[in-house]
Amino acid sequence: MRKKHLLTVIAVTTFYCNTFAQDSSNILNELIHESDTNKVNYAESTFKYTRVVDGHSVVNLPAHVLDVRISHRFDPINSGLYNFFGLDAAVMRLGFDYGITSNIMIGAGHSVYQKTYDAFLKMKLLAQSTGRVEMPVTVSFVPTVAVNTLKQFDGGKTQFNDRLSYVFQLLVARKFSENFSLQFMPTFIHADNISFLHADQNIAAIGIAATHRISKRMNINGEYYYRLNDRGSAAHNVLSFGIDLGTGGHVFQLHFTNSIGMTEKSFIGETMNRWQDGDVLFGFNISRVFQLNKKRD
Amino acid sequence: MKINFLLTVVLFLVFQSAGAQVYYTKNGNVTFFSKSPLQDIEAENNQVISVMNIQTGELQFSLLNNAFHFPKAKMEEDFNENYMESNKYPRSGFKGMVTDINAVDFTKDGTYPVAVKGDLTIHGVTKTITAKGAIIVSKGTISAVSSFTVFVKDYGIKIPNIVSNNIAERIKISVNCSYQEK
Repeated sequence: MRKKHLLTVIAVTTFYCNTFAQDSSNILNELIHESDTNKVNYAESTFKYTRVVDGHSVVNLPAHVLDVRISHRFDPINSGLYNFFGLDAAVMRLGFDYGITSNIMIGAGHSVYQKTYDAFLKMKLLAQSTGRVEMPVTVSFVPTVAVNTLKQFDGGKTQFNDRLSYVFQLLVARKFSENFSLQFMPTFIHADNISFLHADQNIAAIGIAATHRISKRMNINGEYYYRLNDRGSAAHNVLSFGIDLGTGGHVFQLHFTNSIGMTEKSFIGETMNRWQDGDVLFGFNISRVFQLNKKRD
Repeated sequence: MKINFLLTVVLFLVFQSAGAQVYYTKNGNVTFFSKSPLQDIEAENNQVISVMNIQTGELQFSLLNNAFHFPKAKMEEDFNENYMESNKYPRSGFKGMVTDINAVDFTKDGTYPVAVKGDLTIHGVTKTITAKGAIIVSKGTISAVSSFTVFVKDYGIKIPNIVSNNIAERIKISVNCSYQEK
């Protein structure tokens, strides 16, 4: 009886010793494991910047960050040496984007093309993640409104409403690897009533965009929008390729595209040039971000 | 009966000493500071994991690089993407010893200066470092503080010339952890 008791005590003692004599590495690994499984890992930098070439990517500005953007599109390269391969003429868009939260950003801009004022909202609805929350894609909603303010030859008979265009886009993107992401952009356009570049006023389109990271500071991008209707008009589908260059302060996006317009209604619905005809033009976006107040998490 | 009593005492002592030898924290604080001609950069991480064995002096740290927070979002992005490559090397860590742990009396309140030596791993590169620090015992709680300097190039982190006036070559790292019993 007594011996049995003794054995129990020894067994219990050994048990306690084993439990508590764990070395610190095991405890550290346990804590690391616990922290890793409780974490949600969001896909960072699905695209490098907020724009692919002309259109939006699922990337949002961080909260309280102002982005000043200057974009240029030159004349077609095939306009020859006399026109310095298009560089003698340019249209530009000046834009200001702002991150209200890390999931909601707004922006406004003015384009030389059709003297357009535009404004947009970009809202992240779903964020691709692994870990505690598994989500295969990032989804954003982007409504855009634009006003064509060109003077009309018929002497101001148009209403303000006729000059307005609305564009609604859903961006669905997935980052497949560290270096490659793909995005689909179902788009609906209600175009203004004064431009004669489109036949239908309501245009549906589907876009596809991809980015490939070639170094820490350089990405190559492609973007294409296919119009599902409005086939009777003189417009063509827009196809663009670009390079993103980060320099630490400024961001340069250099691209080749067949679109002159830089607002959604223009480049998706009113692109007049065609790659097959060689009517390709060079363009660039310059962006500089400013942190407006201290970031707090 | 006497033996039983003795064994109970032994068990109690083993339980006590073994139970109280490892201390840990999940929300330790590490900050770093870069001072350069054009700008000062300070970043803070409040989710540092650390384990300290107060008998053997074993001391370990582990932290997620992307849990460092900067005053500007752009800095945070550059830090993770261009310098630390946090996707490739998510964690930084330290594994070493408080070499003079015996000089600390954990039963008595006080600030005890100590020396730490061990392997610091940042950006996938491990270097042996030494640092001065202190262990603070106050009303039964144990905390540790230290600060030391590292050179970014020792850890294979390249800073392009264009931003060399914005980011220092030597970074001051400060550690402040308050531990609880495991």
